[in-house]
Amino acid sequence: MSNEMSNNGVVITESSVPLPEGVHLPIYMDNHATTPMDPRVLEAMMPYFGVKFGNAASRNHSFGWEAEQAVEKAREQIAKLIGSSAKEIIFTSGATESNNLALKGIAEMYRERGNHIITQATEHKAVLDTCKKLEKQGFRVTYLPVQADGLIDMEDLKRAIDDKTILVSIMYANNEIGVIQPIAEIGKLCHEKGVIFHTDAVQAVGKIPVDVQKDNIDVLSLSGHKLYGPKGVGALYVRRRNPRVQISEQINGGGHERGMRSGTLNVPGIVGLGAACEIAMNEMEAEAKREIELRDYLRAKFEKALDHIHVNGNMDHHLPGNLNMSFVYVEGESLLMGINDIAVSSGSACTSATLEPSYVLKALGLGDDVAHSSIRFGLGRFNTKAEVDYVSDKLIDVVLKLRELSPLYEMVKEGIDLTKIEWAAH
Amino acid sequence: MAYSDKVIDHYNNPRNVGQMDKASTEVGTGLVGAPECGDVMRLQIRVNPETNVIEDAKFKTFGCGSAIASSSLATEWVKGKTIDEALAITNTDIVKELALPPVKIHCSVLAEDAIRAAIGDWKKKNNVTETAGAPVAVAAH
Repeated sequence: MSNEMSNNGVVITESSVPLPEGVHLPIYMDNHATTPMDPRVLEAMMPYFGVKFGNAASRNHSFGWEAEQAVEKAREQIAKLIGSSAKEIIFTSGATESNNLALKGIAEMYRERGNHIITQATEHKAVLDTCKKLEKQGFRVTYLPVQADGLIDMEDLKRAIDDKTILVSIMYANNEIGVIQPIAEIGKLCHEKGVIFHTDAVQAVGKIPVDVQKDNIDVLSLSGHKLYGPKGVGALYVRRRNPRVQISEQINGGGHERGMRSGTLNVPGIVGLGAACEIAMNEMEAEAKREIELRDYLRAKFEKALDHIHVNGNMDHHLPGNLNMSFVYVEGESLLMGINDIAVSSGSACTSATLEPSYVLKALGLGDDVAHSSIRFGLGRFNTKAEVDYVSDKLIDVVLKLRELSPLYEMVKEGIDLTKIEWAAH
Repeated sequence: MAYSDKVIDHYNNPRNVGQMDKASTEVGTGLVGAPECGDVMRLQIRVNPETNVIEDAKFKTFGCGSAIASSSLATEWVKGKTIDEALAITNTDIVKELALPPVKIHCSVLAEDAIRAAIGDWKKKNNVTETAGAPVAVAAH
């Protein structure tokens, strides 16, 4: 370091952590945000960008038939992965559209039956913001709280359902904390009460077994780019029997997708989504086991090297590739700055446009200071053990250095109770 | 978030990290911010009682890179200045020097607060009468 200014030897990013053989920087470990496309998916898609360019709705020539055939194959591949029939799959532009179509479409269709919708505090914004919009249109929405481990309380749900309830929308697995909700139990309760059950299963499909029959799911959203498929394509499963669910279309036009979603189909994207589902189906069991091992290894390394850290979310009902940890007394954005060759996420306010810490972590009842210190690791299909070694060593290194800089850590080490201090709120 | 080179430099090589004896009459301590807001700064100065010159400054900060850089810069700037000169440092000076984006301006405000709080603490210990416009305590913002 050429810098001659006094710094008391604290140097944040100059790292002594060696790069293991075979590891290339930057490392991507943010697989809840998006996943890299599997090369096998890209290979399946390629012809549909070129010679196989037909419109799947062209009924009168071979170009159209070829495209339609590809779309129907993809529909089968998706259906197989979630245990539905192919006819129950509607293609969309992604999970945000799927969630919008499900919530708005059901609300509109069943409005005469009731105006009450139940969801929960830790849903994705695609669900929460859609619910807010429906509230403006006269719907009543209950936002269930979650427990400290991120799971909803089934008793809360039972109490919330009334004779005006038409829809329950609870996500399968959370995108920040990886917690898997008791979906089959929720679905069973909804069916007993005659309420439609929608789940945003974006983080779950392709990662853990999802079965719309066993899980009593009526409507399910999924997305291509969260399971090593392309961006800009998703699907909505809509149950056709026991009960038959009807959805009011939100996009009008040529009557594609049985009238529920007009618009020329994104054939290459759909082919990619189908291929991604088939690969996920075949490899899920082994891959989940591998990711759980990597995740537990990552966690164990942190726990061995650092004090004052804790895991966010229930670890027994948890996505294989997710680890959300708070490195208390270190602020998340400054931590990310020190590991700038590694792609992970933080729940810190400083990383968000709103300057508010993660609403998901706050919903767990965590103090804002702990939320500010959180890092989300999203392990995926292409992460290796050597990468996990580098990420953990580097992160530990930076946490230790930032703690040397942290007045809070110093005070805690001196036995001062931070809650007793009168902080100047700002 | 793209950081300026100066923020990155202060983050990578924070100046004057550490602590001084809070009990010493020559030392003034300012502790500003709050953990739940995501930033806490502690800035300390050691003042020469003969000359009123700040001979040393130390800091520790819990916060984002811009908060660390703002407080690190503040220690650099106050060193060698008299109390009155140090009080003339404003948050806009810090914003300019570090090229902070609007969303990070509060980091510079906090650094200015920290300087004022440290000086206020020193003045209180040494029964120095207030000069106009130099608050002792940290204003909530």
